[in-house]
Amino acid sequence: MSPAIFAATTIASRLTGVFWRRPKLLLGLLLAPPLLWLGMIYLGSLAALLVQSFYSFDDFSGLVVPQFTLTTYAKLASPANLSIILRTLLMALAVTLASAIIAFPVAYYAARYARGRWKAVFYLGVMLPLWSSYLVKVYAFKLILAKEGIVTWAASATHTDWLLNAALALPFVGGASLSSSYLGTFIVFCYVWLPYMILPMQAAIERVPLGLLEASSDLGATARQTFWTVTLPLALPGVIAGSIFTFSLTLGDYIIPQIIGTSASFIGMAVYQLQGTAGNVPLAAAFAVIPILIMLVYLTLARKAGAFDAL
Amino acid sequence: MPQTPAVTFSAVTRHFGPVKAVDGVDLTVAEGAFFAMLGPSGSGKTTCLRLISGFERPDHGAIHIFGQDVSAVPPHLRNVNTVFQDYALFPHLSVLDNVAYGLMVKGMGKAQRLPKAEAMLDVVKLADYGARKPAQLSGGQRQRVALARALVNEPKVLLLDEPLGALDLKLREAMQDELKALQRRLGLTFIFVTHDQGEALSMADSLAVFDKGKIAQIGTPAQVYTQPATRFVADFVGSSNLLPPALTQALGGPAQWASLRPEALRLADSGPISGVVQSHRYLGTGTRISLTLHGTDLAAFLPAGSPVPAEGSRVTLTFAPEALHLLGDAP
Amino acid sequence: MPFNASRGLKVAAAAGLAFLHLPIVLIFLYAFTTEERSFAFPPPGLTTQWFAVAWARSDIWPPLILSLQVALFSTLIALILGTLISAAMAGAKFWGRESLSLLVVLPIALPGVVTGIALRSAIPILHLDFSWITIVLGHATFCIVIVYNNAVARLRRLSGAILEASADLGANAFQTFRYVLLPNLGTALLAGGMLAFALSFDEVIVTTFTAGTGAASKTLPIWMLDELIRPRQRPVTNVVAIVVFATTFLPILAAYYLTRDTAQAAVAQK
Repeated sequence: MSPAIFAATTIASRLTGVFWRRPKLLLGLLLAPPLLWLGMIYLGSLAALLVQSFYSFDDFSGLVVPQFTLTTYAKLASPANLSIILRTLLMALAVTLASAIIAFPVAYYAARYARGRWKAVFYLGVMLPLWSSYLVKVYAFKLILAKEGIVTWAASATHTDWLLNAALALPFVGGASLSSSYLGTFIVFCYVWLPYMILPMQAAIERVPLGLLEASSDLGATARQTFWTVTLPLALPGVIAGSIFTFSLTLGDYIIPQIIGTSASFIGMAVYQLQGTAGNVPLAAAFAVIPILIMLVYLTLARKAGAFDAL
Repeated sequence: MPQTPAVTFSAVTRHFGPVKAVDGVDLTVAEGAFFAMLGPSGSGKTTCLRLISGFERPDHGAIHIFGQDVSAVPPHLRNVNTVFQDYALFPHLSVLDNVAYGLMVKGMGKAQRLPKAEAMLDVVKLADYGARKPAQLSGGQRQRVALARALVNEPKVLLLDEPLGALDLKLREAMQDELKALQRRLGLTFIFVTHDQGEALSMADSLAVFDKGKIAQIGTPAQVYTQPATRFVADFVGSSNLLPPALTQALGGPAQWASLRPEALRLADSGPISGVVQSHRYLGTGTRISLTLHGTDLAAFLPAGSPVPAEGSRVTLTFAPEALHLLGDAP
Repeated sequence: MPFNASRGLKVAAAAGLAFLHLPIVLIFLYAFTTEERSFAFPPPGLTTQWFAVAWARSDIWPPLILSLQVALFSTLIALILGTLISAAMAGAKFWGRESLSLLVVLPIALPGVVTGIALRSAIPILHLDFSWITIVLGHATFCIVIVYNNAVARLRRLSGAILEASADLGANAFQTFRYVLLPNLGTALLAGGMLAFALSFDEVIVTTFTAGTGAASKTLPIWMLDELIRPRQRPVTNVVAIVVFATTFLPILAAYYLTRDTAQAAVAQK
């Protein structure tokens, strides 16, 4: 006759019993290392950042004054700094919108029509640029947008120089060449962040059940009506999830505008330069708080829209 | 000397936040019984099963398995095995390794455990399927693998959580017979959870009907069917005419809630029930007619072969006095 | 419902894919150009000499080795911490689960410059010197989420009851981890590790903040950034770009093949 209850013969077995009687113990043991890491190193750093943004910087001595003050934030509100913030926000917005528009056909085709081998081609075709080297991609556009580069060559070969020149002659966004204009910065941002938009969008479109589309056409909707009233609203969480990336990445990037574009500053560049050459860590920290606040608001809204499931 | 019961619950309570999933349950399952826990979803039957396997712990009360208090015994030390609702087969292991898993983790070597697993696969008629992965099997086959995986450990009690819920009707009926035969042959204690009253009645030796975390009635299928303790049981097990106290009194009983099974009613020249047939439904084995008496809908089941009154015609029905079963609910 | 894509959609989808890939092709082309001072197109001539030149340049090797070392250690830490979080998430629901998943995602949801400046301002407070270890500190932090995301995606597809089934059959917690959780999460964790490696290997934004100023903490991406700002032999930069591309490309491809089965199974389920 076998027993109804076995004896715990090994340490592992006994420990399992302890974990079962005190489930929080196992959870605590599992979570302690990652929580210590993320809590101490990451949240601790963010806290240090926040504290420093309330310190001030003495321009004459070049030293940080570790006393609580709001003067750093007052400096942030100066017209020059506000224009940096505004410029960055506008760029992030434009890049997000443009990425969504370019991404949609790719995501829609991959989700709805690509099958078998083509499905894999589309998936890899988006995954590889997503993960491949950021700097290599930026560098590629330095080659492409250079005055003597392929875009200029292609424009003259197809006799569309006038179009390129007209674009560069546009006020504000234009410039001497694509590599030294806002237009160039914008193109590179769109290129580099595009895969971040396509993948969540594709996932969201794939989740729209085909039956719903059939129901819609069955009820007499045209393909166009079905798209606008069924597909797009249901794909929206994916668009929002993608925009978290495009928006956040544009807000904080300082390398693209440094390499391609006018010399005008963006939030990321300001943070980098202030803490680096100037040593003004308080003002750099205050600058960095802005994208944090924007992203926290953005993430809260995205969470409400159900975008986290599409991540 | 009385036998030690396989499982006993003494005033067991389990809360989930403010919800009392199991509320003061007392229960005894005899060794070798085929015991069913029947109830609608959320009635606490699955939680009771998980309390026996050890995946839940009681907040109050005690559970004994073969006389031993298991309040401090983790699931892996209980000689109790479960057939899970979605089978929970290990997707990365072959069918044979799935079945041999319990023996493997108990330290049995390959040379011993694989023949045992093969023999058990033979018992569930899947001898040729050992090399396959669970994903390559049909629902019915997966169910058998789950059964073999549990039985190979020779558990003292086998727990089955809605084991037939995912199967289609034909397969379900075949498996009901097989399970029952297997249980008889092995002489094991089976405890199975179901929301299907037909399944519970046809398979179990005894059953407990759960209602809102409490046991509404325990008994043999015949007792529960013919002598339901409460309105809930009368209504949930089979179909029954529930008579409010006033109507019971009008039909010659005390002023109490009562139940009257549709098949207890029969056509007669004179009788206490008289009404207009409102609809009938042909059911193959007979016809079910419905009529209204003092504002209460009543159904009567007329076996095949007896004359069927037309809709709209007036009929008189009678029943044997002992068929009027009084319920325990407060009037 | 149209079952064939319209011509317009096909063209737009193909153009989108081409836009993603053509620039990378150009990197390869310019590695063979004979023109070293500008990016003239078409290249005036083709040569393979830049590969030999790059091989011989002594300023490339130390950054390459440092980047590999940083990526390796960051991946290792991310794998351990990411697996622990996934194992905790695989078990019962617990209070603070949502907040934890937000905390894990935060390092990549917030702009890299924020993570960078935050670590930069915290490292002196901890009395640490800037070195390759501080680079790993930053990289591992944002690599955790990569491992975690892969594992969680796999966990979602697994039946939660298999862990209970294992205990039910007599396995203790360590056996359940070894025989059930790890085999099912294994390829997902490995794929996460591959992606984390690729991410760490070419990360530059956070690195510029957490690396010291000396040559000893110059990673390959920082070397490339310097070349982008102050170019010397441009085609050599292209050769290094190809190396960086290949070093990230192979793990990404491996990650894809490791998780392909589950991706296809998910497709088949629909």
